[in-house]
Amino acid sequence: MILVKDKDIVVPGEVLAKNDYYPGRGTFKEDNKICSSHIGLVSIRNKQISVIPLVSKYIPKRGDVVIGEITDIRFSMWGLDINSPYSGFLPASEVFGKEKRGLENIFNIGDVLFLKVVDVNEVKKVKLGLKGRGLGKFKGGVLVYITPSKVPRLIGKRGSMINMIKEKTRCNIVVGQNGVVWVKGDPEMEKVAREVILMIDREAHTSGLTNRVRYTLTGTYKEG
Amino acid sequence: MDIVPEIIRENIINLINKKERADGRALYEFRKMFIETGVITKAEGSARVKLGNTQLLVGIKPQIGEPFPDTPNMGIIITNSELLPMASPTFEPGPPDERSIELSRVVDRCIRESNMLNLEKLCIVESSSVWLLFIDLHIIDYDGNLFDAAVLATVAALRDTKLPTAKIEEDEIILDYENPQPLPLEDMALMCTFAKIGDQMILDPSLDEEEILTARLSIGMRPDGTICAMQKGGEGSLTKDDILKAIDITKRRIPQLMEELDKTIPQTR
Amino acid sequence: MIIITPDEFKRVSQATREDGRAPDEIRPLKIEAGILERADGSSYLELGDNKILAAVYGPREAQIKRLQRPDRAVIRCRYNMAPFSVKERKRPGPDRRSVEISKITAEALRPALILERFPRSVIDVFIEVLEAEGGTRCAGITAASVALADAGMPMKDMVVACAAGKVNGRIVLDLSEEEDKRGEADMPVAILPRKKEITLLQSDGNLTQEEFKEALDLAIKGCLKINKIQKEALKKKYGE
Repeated sequence: MILVKDKDIVVPGEVLAKNDYYPGRGTFKEDNKICSSHIGLVSIRNKQISVIPLVSKYIPKRGDVVIGEITDIRFSMWGLDINSPYSGFLPASEVFGKEKRGLENIFNIGDVLFLKVVDVNEVKKVKLGLKGRGLGKFKGGVLVYITPSKVPRLIGKRGSMINMIKEKTRCNIVVGQNGVVWVKGDPEMEKVAREVILMIDREAHTSGLTNRVRYTLTGTYKEG
Repeated sequence: MDIVPEIIRENIINLINKKERADGRALYEFRKMFIETGVITKAEGSARVKLGNTQLLVGIKPQIGEPFPDTPNMGIIITNSELLPMASPTFEPGPPDERSIELSRVVDRCIRESNMLNLEKLCIVESSSVWLLFIDLHIIDYDGNLFDAAVLATVAALRDTKLPTAKIEEDEIILDYENPQPLPLEDMALMCTFAKIGDQMILDPSLDEEEILTARLSIGMRPDGTICAMQKGGEGSLTKDDILKAIDITKRRIPQLMEELDKTIPQTR
Repeated sequence: MIIITPDEFKRVSQATREDGRAPDEIRPLKIEAGILERADGSSYLELGDNKILAAVYGPREAQIKRLQRPDRAVIRCRYNMAPFSVKERKRPGPDRRSVEISKITAEALRPALILERFPRSVIDVFIEVLEAEGGTRCAGITAASVALADAGMPMKDMVVACAAGKVNGRIVLDLSEEEDKRGEADMPVAILPRKKEITLLQSDGNLTQEEFKEALDLAIKGCLKINKIQKEALKKKYGE
């Protein structure tokens, strides 16, 4: 028996279904009831009920790609803020082919990097890495911060949303799974891209978003 | 993030060199202001102000007490501020830190030197009983530039304040709560704060701008242009031209602040 | 000619409280979610003349190592009253009452939180009483729960609180400041509404066992009513 509809907004503790449904993400099972553990949107797929959180912190997972800022330099590693309750560390050995000279000559405090999460242990110590295509330090551009749970919406099915934005604004855009987005292009277009990204963050849970985004992009798109 | 990412810093500086700002404002433009008075019924005067996303409450509560020995016929104002931990991840619970104390002292100076409040009118019995006015600033959301918001809120709260009338009958002070009287306010002053970034002095810095500024200048000014308070902050330095420029902009912006204030709570004379 | 309907007559004859409320009636209540910009979650609550602000930061890295737990997050709560929140100005800073309320508030909220998901982190809850008019600890807990949900905290249930007590010999709900001062007993209660699990219980004054049971039932009823308003506040923020 189901007590809610797909795309309903529910609060923590709300009973969503009884008996023959399975608990998905954002829910838990108690006795024979499935309850929401977050404020979020109900998502029903066959017999599985999930709640997509409307707000969340980024919890690092192995394999994620993230955008982080160097906040600490220690003996053989850098400490980074990755927009999470957990900070990450980047061992010096990750810097491709360089001898171990002074770490501060390679990266400085305040530098922003595109990294991958190499490993996360049981107490959430996060090891970051730079070995991979496209990873490394960002130069110039702007940063936009969004709710981490909205990242899939920003990227879209098979990249459809993010590619549309890149194409229409002619900006280089990199999306970190930790909710940090880097945009670089013509200053006017950077502003447009930023606006659109923030719009998606605000309205990710509403319908008709893709069309509104397309309208914003083509409506303000200036012939270049 | 306690340390401003280099990209954000560069972006702000590049924009300012082009006379633009990250939030689209002009160099000498205030963020959107919102003023509300009479928000706390238990306080004899109160106001809530939003400047952009910076938000605070000011509550004014009177007490009767002894005057200072060297000013036996003058009331006393005591300004205190709480940078609540909810306002920013960088505010810790505990006794006021240097930022909090600087804020309350600068606001106090601005109000006091403006002669907004004639302290002699707060005297009940010379050398024995005067009104003590406690001005409590309660900062609930911090997004840059507490000074201007705090002075605006304090002036609004003072305009909102009504004290019970104090009468002396047979050596006793009788307080009449049924007919509270507005504070006898005369002049006033408001504040404009600037951040020096690159070569520019920009008005009403947002949080990001405050975090990368080289120096900060707050100017308290009366409607007639007299300067009644000044405070330089930040670890960098200012040139004389910077300061004169800021004074000039302040003179041009004070009318806007006054208009905003008068919209909500006009001065009663 | 004045006509009184049977319902009005019943209500008026039952209302022996100073502010005209029925014994099981709570004061006017308003809750708003997400009203602060910097905090991860926040809420504003008005109950009668009570005005409460609640804010949540977290989970975030615990700055002080000794506060950390390797297996789960730790919750810290700070209940504070603004100097202008009461009739006689209150000196800023925690007093013994605030410290006690901070502790029992954290203990009231803790059972609802799923803390294992965030080892080595801390969840900070700040409750600020802007104006007080009796029942601030309950209002604070109710507001804090909304702020926690607003911050995206995983929770088994909301937490909601309400006080019952004995005034003029009768068991009543949601005591005002006057009723608390003059009444015979005051009993704040907090529950997890789905299973009616009790996470806060204090009693001040004298109650017979019968009176206690009546008061507890009444408080729970009050909590359930308030829980509906919590839900509405959260849904309103994200609704169309």
